[in-house]
Amino acid sequence: MTTIPTTGPGAGVQASAEPWERYTHQPHWRNREDEFEGAKLGMWLFLSTELLLFSGFFCAYFVLRHFYPDAFRGASTHFLDWRIGAINTAILLISSWNVAVAVRAAQLGQKMILAGNIFFASLCGVAFLVLKLALEYFPKIQKGEVPGAFFSYAGGHGYDPSPYDPIFLSVYWVSTATHGFHVLVGVLLLWWVGWRALKGHFGPKHYTAVENVGLYWHLVDLIWIFLFPLLYLVP
Amino acid sequence: MTTIPADTAGAHDAHHDLPYLARKGGWATTVWDWMTTIDHKKIGVMYLFAILIAFFVGGVAALTVRLELWSPVQTVQNAAGESVVTGREIFSSNTGYNKAFTLHGAVMVFLFIIPSIPAALGNFVLPLMLGAKDVAFPRLNLFSWYVYVVGSLFAVAAILLGGVDTGWTFYTPYSVIAEDYHRVIAMTLAVFILGFSSIFTGMNFIVTVHKLRAPGMGWFDMPLFVWGIYATSIIQVLATPVLGITVLLLTIENVFKIGIFNPAYGGDPVLYQHFFWFYSHPAVYIMILPGMAIMSELIAVHARKRIFGYKFVAFSSLGIAAISFIVWGHHMFTAQGELASAIFSGLTFLVAIPSAIKVFNWTATLYKGSIAMTTPMAYALIFMFLFSIGGLTGLFLGSLSTDMHLHDTYFVVAHFHYVMMGGTVMALLGGIHHWWPKMFGKMYNERWALVGAALVFVGFNTTFFTQFILGTKGMPRRYATYVPEFQSLHQLSTIGSMILAVGFLVHLMVFVMSLAGGRKAPPNPWGGLSMEWETASPPIEHNFHHEPVVRHHPYDFDDTVPPQTDPAEFPLPEPAPAGRGH
Repeated sequence: MTTIPTTGPGAGVQASAEPWERYTHQPHWRNREDEFEGAKLGMWLFLSTELLLFSGFFCAYFVLRHFYPDAFRGASTHFLDWRIGAINTAILLISSWNVAVAVRAAQLGQKMILAGNIFFASLCGVAFLVLKLALEYFPKIQKGEVPGAFFSYAGGHGYDPSPYDPIFLSVYWVSTATHGFHVLVGVLLLWWVGWRALKGHFGPKHYTAVENVGLYWHLVDLIWIFLFPLLYLVP
Repeated sequence: MTTIPADTAGAHDAHHDLPYLARKGGWATTVWDWMTTIDHKKIGVMYLFAILIAFFVGGVAALTVRLELWSPVQTVQNAAGESVVTGREIFSSNTGYNKAFTLHGAVMVFLFIIPSIPAALGNFVLPLMLGAKDVAFPRLNLFSWYVYVVGSLFAVAAILLGGVDTGWTFYTPYSVIAEDYHRVIAMTLAVFILGFSSIFTGMNFIVTVHKLRAPGMGWFDMPLFVWGIYATSIIQVLATPVLGITVLLLTIENVFKIGIFNPAYGGDPVLYQHFFWFYSHPAVYIMILPGMAIMSELIAVHARKRIFGYKFVAFSSLGIAAISFIVWGHHMFTAQGELASAIFSGLTFLVAIPSAIKVFNWTATLYKGSIAMTTPMAYALIFMFLFSIGGLTGLFLGSLSTDMHLHDTYFVVAHFHYVMMGGTVMALLGGIHHWWPKMFGKMYNERWALVGAALVFVGFNTTFFTQFILGTKGMPRRYATYVPEFQSLHQLSTIGSMILAVGFLVHLMVFVMSLAGGRKAPPNPWGGLSMEWETASPPIEHNFHHEPVVRHHPYDFDDTVPPQTDPAEFPLPEPAPAGRGH
């Protein structure tokens, strides 16, 4: 996909210029600033919908934890390892910093710093997913630590079973899997932005996609920051 | 994705001066052009056809429900002394009946009424009213149409595979233990997908209103239609995700048998009701606010009168949007504590205030206006009559003591049909007639359209006013049968639904005749002052030849000659004689 026109006002810029210098706004916008502000407003609206989507999980979490406080405490300590969650939290926080640096690099026209930070952030995202799958999801499926009707955990060392363990696991699985899906989408978006950055699509006058994907990535990070203590650190 | 050449002010090629409906080649080219268009006008027309198909499907389901209720299902003794079942009109079992009203409810709510006014008329008119070339995100706009189609296909699949009998609310635990749960999955996925379409449309309109108003157009220079759609969009963006997560959880619950709502695993079915109504109550205002938005245009333009209390009408839209988020509990008076019910009851009464402000201001606008009895005006008057009944009966249901008697009866059914159908659908019909000349460049036959409106009005009241009476007498909703004492009222209601159907067929005929051989529409047939009347009928592809400039208020009928009209047709009112001013 390219949005760099070959005709119109941008065509006057010399051909050797970077693509972002030749970029002009789409024809239904009045100018580039309006287009950028509009895209950003649209992104914030989208993020608000994401937040409300996840608020459903948080709401279900609070209601069910209110009903079964003991089961939540026992299940959280027994089924989840806070160290994996903490490492993943650190990974996402670092990647958020990279994304913030990348936006600044775009504003300053530093192409390689921009692309490097974006790709590093995407690697963090991949690491998050690998840890999640290899250390949590697959072992859990093997041991039968799954929610609802398929729960078949045979018990283990120091395990104090509660009939409501599957409820905790229901919340854990649906919320982390939905979050994980968002991380996956974020990684793909970061690759797209990084690839476009290498082609010189972003610079001080045009970096809408960097800004918006960055906002998205920060939100994914933020949601995890709330999910981590709620799920892993139940006292 | 194609690159669009930038269009600078004053320099545009002749291609974009053609009407947007102009064909660009053969049959295949034309279809491809429509399927890939990012023109908000074409997308609006595509939505209009899609929702009218959904309306037809939902309407047929409603008629089968009414026909089944023609007589009560009874087991009687025949002459030979054997027990025989009588009164099965359409369905061989109660489940068939349950599926029919579920189909009616789900299709009408999710496929028809929620996208109806914003996505069809809003898409077409809103950018024109703002003097914009398109919505903020044209590709997202086209994408939302395809998302709508995909969501609808899931719903159709659920129906073709045998239907769903949960009711359109999909209440747990029934919806997670029903034996046809795989079809429930298809239906809830359909709702999930349709929600995205709604969110995208809402986002698009909010950004368009913020960023693409014509130069010189402040917030209070916008037509009230835009205010209404803007308020609707806010609800669409902020409420729909909650429905999304609700039906997503319901789907996961059915697929993986987890236990968030299912009490068999310790889940909480009432939590589902909270989640569902947290969306679906605001969704009621996604349905009615666009109707109110259209009303302000119809009343002002067809009475040629400055709207009374512009800012009150504008802010009451936002007020309704805000209050809509805190009243969901009134759907659950029997499923929550007494204190919560009392609080929600009190909050519910608040909605009456901004709604009444609107009705009073429209009435005041009509006062001393030069009212033209066109079809749009007829529908505006029908709306005021029916919506007032619908709104006031809402107060009966909002107060706890009467609701204990009336809940889950036909009174509720009649109430929400008076608001949803008597309100939104009447406004939609008025709006379609109002903008029909602009959309298709053809006039419609006013006399036959008025005949259709009269039939719809009579048919509607015959159908649903009887249901108020049935409800107060104790007829519960969602039953395939009833005690024989109710038969005459049920038959009256069924006859009304037939009249209603004939009325809609008359409208359909009027539209087809107009497209086939209607008189060519002038650019401004009603003497309107908002910007969509400043361009041609149908509009050119880029909407305006030059970027329009705001020169007057959209309701300044007292001292503005309407653009592109014959001054003899829409004369300015005589100035008030000196010395008798107030």
